[in-house]
Amino acid sequence: MLRYLLRRLAYGFTILLGVNLLTFVLFFQVNTPDDMARLNIGGKRVTPELIAKWKVERGYDKPMYWNQAREGSDKLTQTIFWERSVSLFALDFGRADSESAGDIGAEVAKRMAVSLQLALPVFLLQLIASTVFALVLVFFRGTRIDFWGVVLCVVMLSISALFYIVIGQYLFARVLKLVPVSGYAGGLTAAKFLILPVLLSLLSRLGTEARLYRAMMLEEIGKDYVRTARAKGLSEAIVLGRHVLRNALIPILTSAGGYLPYVFLGSLVFESFFAIPGLGSYVIDAISGQDFAIVRTMVFLGSLLYILSYILVDLAYSWVDPRVRLA
Amino acid sequence: MMPKFVVLWTDAVLWGAWAATLAYAWHVRRQPHLSASWRKVWRDGAAMSATVVLAFFMVVTLLDSLHFRRALPPAPGQAAGQVFHATRTESLLDVLLAGPASQQEATYSRPLSYQGFTRVSEEVAGEVKRVHPRLTYGGAHLRDPERQWLGDLAWRGGLGLAAGALAGALLLLAALPLARRQDAALRGVTTARALRRLLADRCELPWRAGWITAALLCLLAGLAVGLGSGYHVLGTDNLGDDVLYQALKSVRTAFVIGTMASVATLPFAIALGILAGWYRGWVDELIQYLYTVLSSVPNVLLIAACVLMVQVFLDKHPELFETGAERADLKIFMLCLILGLTGWAGLCRLLRGETLKLRELDYVQAATAFGVGSLRIMHRHILPNVVHLVLINTVLDFSALILYEAVLSYVGVGVDPSTNSFGGMINMGRDEMSRDPLVWWSFSAAFVFMVALVLAANLFADGVRDAFDPRARNLRPRLGPGRGGARRAGVKGEAA
Repeated sequence: MLRYLLRRLAYGFTILLGVNLLTFVLFFQVNTPDDMARLNIGGKRVTPELIAKWKVERGYDKPMYWNQAREGSDKLTQTIFWERSVSLFALDFGRADSESAGDIGAEVAKRMAVSLQLALPVFLLQLIASTVFALVLVFFRGTRIDFWGVVLCVVMLSISALFYIVIGQYLFARVLKLVPVSGYAGGLTAAKFLILPVLLSLLSRLGTEARLYRAMMLEEIGKDYVRTARAKGLSEAIVLGRHVLRNALIPILTSAGGYLPYVFLGSLVFESFFAIPGLGSYVIDAISGQDFAIVRTMVFLGSLLYILSYILVDLAYSWVDPRVRLA
Repeated sequence: MMPKFVVLWTDAVLWGAWAATLAYAWHVRRQPHLSASWRKVWRDGAAMSATVVLAFFMVVTLLDSLHFRRALPPAPGQAAGQVFHATRTESLLDVLLAGPASQQEATYSRPLSYQGFTRVSEEVAGEVKRVHPRLTYGGAHLRDPERQWLGDLAWRGGLGLAAGALAGALLLLAALPLARRQDAALRGVTTARALRRLLADRCELPWRAGWITAALLCLLAGLAVGLGSGYHVLGTDNLGDDVLYQALKSVRTAFVIGTMASVATLPFAIALGILAGWYRGWVDELIQYLYTVLSSVPNVLLIAACVLMVQVFLDKHPELFETGAERADLKIFMLCLILGLTGWAGLCRLLRGETLKLRELDYVQAATAFGVGSLRIMHRHILPNVVHLVLINTVLDFSALILYEAVLSYVGVGVDPSTNSFGGMINMGRDEMSRDPLVWWSFSAAFVFMVALVLAANLFADGVRDAFDPRARNLRPRLGPGRGGARRAGVKGEAA
């Protein structure tokens, strides 16, 4: 178990190295800091002096890999590559590119807590709601309820999440005035602001998930152990709830595990539509403000969380299914 | 004077894709097993209807992909034989929709309205009043709008519907020979009988469902053309542009992204997937490492990072485009390449697994024993047996990418703001839905068009998956006992 974990972590580290190299090449080799400065300052105001000043302020004026002007280990550490790429592994993200935004690390820590408040309920409720919906469809398989249920799923998954948001906001916040349109407050009042995004987020993915889970359960239902369970006279509800569900949970967890990184990273669209100051809206602001440092950091952080959450999913397997041995 | 034809990057790709589709159709006709599978796709009524809808959108897209710049009338003092061209790039669709495209109002107006949506101060009989102004184009032919309006709407709409119905009926007659050639139940009987069978849906393929869909589209198009002759059918947006025109233009953007981006993933996915599965060992390790790195970055972030870099790149190289349209087009093109470069991991993983399985099969082992080279085996024996996975994946990606485009445009890393797209329309709609009184038509138009397109693509993809992959998960509903209906059968057994 421990050896497995260590091996996975080691492989994850090499993946992270790859991601880091990729982003470094993308951000500093394909385009030079000069180009970034030009775009960031923008318009006709660009002068060589301004670019130089911009670069000095952000530490982009240093040599790329090797600082000949420094002494000792500073030759290596006082470079763009060290400051902007290697130090990420120590979770030292440096400062953002734009004038107003400050230290990225502090901002990320603050916003991740907010993102979690939105994303964790969505993740858990999503798993429950989709599984229950799928169970109902499977229970009524071959009937009209199943047929129209799946048709509903297909229609629902053909509708962009943006539509759910705009229509839901209009209906629940503007017409019925049940919840505020958007915004966020700390503490318990947060629930008032979060309930609508959670609900809409559930709805927007219900079609895809429920249809998939239904298919996974139908796969299980044709197997021998289900026939055995029926043969010993168990009721359909118990067969489904106790036998089919437990076995279908393995593929279900795999597919749900894919969403785990987004639990920490937050949903870009939902956070920015509802003005929730989480990591998702941080990224959106960074993209519209063309803040390369933030985007770069988030790419790194995103893949770090992705790798960790996949290891978590694997651990969850061995808990759900005793046959799975991690070695 | 000759207009100057402009081949945008995406135009070339779309026409290329069309040519490739035709070539594939030709290939399918000659391969019995492929034509059998495709017949299986269309045996499903939903897939048949979806094909008709997709074909309609495809025609709109192709019409919108013939671009040219009009020649300007000679200016005084211009040398003979010298022709200047307008800076505006138009497409054939723009010419067909010349009315709605050029009839720009001042600002918002409701669908089919003859007056503006917002009040302005106007002098009426010596007094300044806040009134709804008459529109410049919509309903401009009405002399006494309050009394004539409804009648005029009914007249134009009715005429359009009648024309649509006629087109639908003609379509049935035009499609009948095709249906008779393809369908055993319609062959060898009189025309009247074949027609009766087709309308009663007593044939091998669901021609009736397809025809009903096509006829409905004809009716809707007729209605839109009829009403569009005097009004803005779906109203105008805040700049006074026709919403229906924008929605139709957005279809092309969606199509371009859906087709190009899913095609762009193919070279990497196919080549690397098969290589990894065939050679195993360090090649496999390396390729696995590559796609794990790519797929471990959350997609939106990776795309955002790449798009930002492309923006810097385009900023640095203004010589790559001549007009604004070409710049916008280059951005879409780049976006599709990025989507392709970042999105090949899933298919690659799938193909690798399949190749690992295939390489152990007898016929591949036999080929190896005969001394056939690796490349030749991959080309002749592996590739044809994974093509169905590629096909299924491509059609599934299509709808996912259309949905993705809207999100990316919202995030700000999608298409150029000057390009019409569903994402852009939704973005505008977001502000309009918070106005009072509500401006709902732009958003609703985006909703209807996008859902129609994505739903059709999804239904088509489901049909393709079912027909080509017998082991695919059972994602579709089935009525009655039989497939997967063990419970009902069991209950019945008990009752007996």
